[in-house]
Amino acid sequence: MDNDFVVWFSKSFGLFYLIALSIGVLVYAFWPSNKKHFDEAAQSILDHEDKPHRDQPWR
Amino acid sequence: MIAQLTKYERQLALIILVAVSVCGLAMVAVAQDNVLGVHGAIVLLAGILGAFGVISSYYDPEPGDDRLERYFDDPSRMGIILAMVWLVPALFVGDWIAWQLAYPDLTFDAAWSSFGRLRPVHTSGVIFGFGGNALIATSFYVLQRTTRARLPDQLSPWFVLLGYNLFCVIAATGYLMGVTQSKEYAEPEWYADIWLVIVWVTYFIIYLRTLVRRKEPHIYVSNWYYMAFILVVAILHIVNNLAIPVSLGHAKSYSAFSGVQDAMTQWWYGHNAVAFFLTAGFLGMMYYYLPVRAGRPIFSYRLSIISFWGITFMYMWAGSHHLHYTALPQWVQTLGMTFSVMLLVPSWASAGNALLTLNGAWHKVRDDATLRFMMVAAVFYGLVTFEGSFMAIRSVNSLSHYTDWTVGHVHVGALGWVAMITFGAIYASVPWLWKRERMYSARLVEVHFWLALAGTVIYVFAMWNSGIIQGLMWRTYNESGTLAYSFVESVVAMHPYYIARAIGGLFFLIGALVACYNIWMTIRTADQPADQRLADRPVPALAGATAPQPAE
Repeated sequence: MDNDFVVWFSKSFGLFYLIALSIGVLVYAFWPSNKKHFDEAAQSILDHEDKPHRDQPWR
Repeated sequence: MIAQLTKYERQLALIILVAVSVCGLAMVAVAQDNVLGVHGAIVLLAGILGAFGVISSYYDPEPGDDRLERYFDDPSRMGIILAMVWLVPALFVGDWIAWQLAYPDLTFDAAWSSFGRLRPVHTSGVIFGFGGNALIATSFYVLQRTTRARLPDQLSPWFVLLGYNLFCVIAATGYLMGVTQSKEYAEPEWYADIWLVIVWVTYFIIYLRTLVRRKEPHIYVSNWYYMAFILVVAILHIVNNLAIPVSLGHAKSYSAFSGVQDAMTQWWYGHNAVAFFLTAGFLGMMYYYLPVRAGRPIFSYRLSIISFWGITFMYMWAGSHHLHYTALPQWVQTLGMTFSVMLLVPSWASAGNALLTLNGAWHKVRDDATLRFMMVAAVFYGLVTFEGSFMAIRSVNSLSHYTDWTVGHVHVGALGWVAMITFGAIYASVPWLWKRERMYSARLVEVHFWLALAGTVIYVFAMWNSGIIQGLMWRTYNESGTLAYSFVESVVAMHPYYIARAIGGLFFLIGALVACYNIWMTIRTADQPADQRLADRPVPALAGATAPQPAE
């Protein structure tokens, strides 16, 4: 593994995986059906209740 | 402490403590230098004291099942106290060495009190002692509230907290004896590093075990940041500390890397320690405490997710900006510079998100110094990330590198961002954790706020001035093409700024002492009415309950 190979790898694979990741993150963040979960999560920390749940975990 | 452990956990605690004692004894037995012997003795003493502690309460009644109706906050309480216990001596040492730079006689001619040994005591003390304990304490608190699940057991959180503090003690005492790996922020030697790996993996497992039992499918964004902090710090720590000890009986080890690879590995570690210890962890803190204290949800949850992935993936590549104009290949330097500049986007997204959350709550910022700590932290976070991106540009770096500008930049982040958000989080959580309505004195919080802010501003302006003067003096040529100033002339020019910096640091230290007194009195003053939020017993949930009223 020499310097030329590392340079080639960073400029090809490195570039595309970061672009793909950015697109993936944006799609996830703006996916319409996720909005409900996000709004609930943002509100959830303002919940007054301060004790652990005793039900089954979510799944 | 022991009373909260079940019988099984007490037995397990004893086994762990005996194992720790045996390790300490083994270190003393095989030690071929003083350092390893002293550290073995410290480990042995810690193990024995812990074992006596467990034995003395071994036959106390076990905690009942009703404990599962409450969150497990004992380690968070202890973590906050330990953070403050580390903060005061670490700031004191920092201010001492600041005065040493102005008046070198203040080393008093002892080896242990020289600048080179005290500086890592200061940096590790504030970053790992104060920051680390605050992160562990708040992460346990936030994790439980946001997942609505109690920590998985009573023993492992104590193991993480106390084991981590044992590491910090070994680190600090080692520096005074001259131990160092010569890697900045990774100075402790191989035996301390191995111990930290065990502690840190346990920390991550606690996080996973709690998350598995969470109530809601979606994991609140603070936990993403805290988990990135734990996971990446583990990776960084393991890779950068790969080393071969001289022998099992020696404290000294040699790194697995050499030359420019060693430098690159160290600054990949060093910059990501800033990114994941001093940024991601404290952003996790901010995304919980700031909205709760302001009584408003985060301005944009989507933005918090986008900036999370931006920060985690871009920071990984930024470390090489520490090695401009070195033997490191030019393209790697440029890569680090480019990613550092791009990092401004997710960083300002986070800072802006925090400040926009306060829209509609600015009257609270005016009245409540605790919330103001968090607001100022977000402002300084925006400032320090802009400055950092700027300084990473190669041509700017040619002026700033090796000067006090770097020191100033670090302290904009450390004092203005990390310490301010932590003080905000501590002032918010102390009343919640000890079930008080508010802090003992709101006025002392106010005093602390202004001392901390004044200290930070004095400090960073002194260092900005000093650093730029220094950088310019080092690159000024006269007509004959030689340097216009000798190095010692630049040292003389810095003297007034060094005095100013030490005074700024003193302000910050006094503020920390005020905080300790206030926290101590809040804990001691038991007659304040309990906060509704932290009622001991579960309260039947009322439909349409009023908006939360954070303490005070």
